[in-house]
Amino acid sequence: MAQYDGILAEMVLFNGHDEDQISGYLARPIDTGPFPGIIVIHAAPGYVSHFKEVALKFASAGYIAIAPNLHHREGPGDPEDVGSDVREAGGVPDDRCIGDIQGSLSLLQSLPYYSGKVGIIGYCSGGRQVYLVACSIPSIDAAIDCYGGNVLAVSEDLTERQPVAPIDLTADMNCPILGLFGTDDPSPSPEDTKATELALKRNDKIYEFHTYENAGHAFFADYRPNYRQHAAVDGWERIFSWFSKYLT
Amino acid sequence: MCAGTVEIVDVEGSGKNGSGWFPIHRARAVYDHAFHAPTEDALILDFVNPDRGPSARISVELSAESAKNLVEIIQRALEKGEAQHSH
Repeated sequence: MAQYDGILAEMVLFNGHDEDQISGYLARPIDTGPFPGIIVIHAAPGYVSHFKEVALKFASAGYIAIAPNLHHREGPGDPEDVGSDVREAGGVPDDRCIGDIQGSLSLLQSLPYYSGKVGIIGYCSGGRQVYLVACSIPSIDAAIDCYGGNVLAVSEDLTERQPVAPIDLTADMNCPILGLFGTDDPSPSPEDTKATELALKRNDKIYEFHTYENAGHAFFADYRPNYRQHAAVDGWERIFSWFSKYLT
Repeated sequence: MCAGTVEIVDVEGSGKNGSGWFPIHRARAVYDHAFHAPTEDALILDFVNPDRGPSARISVELSAESAKNLVEIIQRALEKGEAQHSH
């Protein structure tokens, strides 16, 4: 795997859903490229600095990473406080999320050192949003869902903001998808992820799901008690392998 | 949100965070993945003042057992206190 020690990283403003200006953390190797892009979707508790660190990790491996702040409109403020307000409101609206990811993709497409291939990765609620976006935006080349809950949702779970169960869109899945989960996670539970796998299989999609023993939700989050080293280390290897296979 | 449904109630009172005291207008509770507490899930309890923006917030995360114990002592304190103060 390529290793770039020179990284350019900064907060940028760009147009998201409905041409609203939103912010995001853009990190790239200091070189001419061309580099594939990766869109990093943060978790429900907020746009905390961990996701900028994830973007930096991708940049040092030779990708242009953009981590859009899907809570930009509810700020400014401490990301956890803003995330709490978004939770009260019922989460990020799906149409707004898809628009903001489309905006992130347009930003990548405007960069002269972008290769034209793009992957998407998300954690927690971001995992659900990865599934949704991968079924909604045709130009995504690879997707990774890290413990996204509510991919399956029964009708009483559906809301005005999140009116569809992403699993119902599986026929429209546009790219290969990798799923990384933990056996101790109640949402998504191992039963949930098996059902998702079955839907992907029935629709002849390219997928790979791994469920780690002794790991629960948010096992990649090295700033939270949920962090599980064995799952995170193996998971990162699978992430880089997946993106390398489909983006380079 | 990850998985939980948020319960919301209007409240009247005050709370204190790093910036000092401020009026509290709303409380919300959800049982969901913990952000900081060393448990897989937690009862997340927020006291907020929406008029003052997202940072007017006091938040705690409690294990399910701790949350149930808290409900009990709140109930007990209220019953005792209201009885004493009604004289």
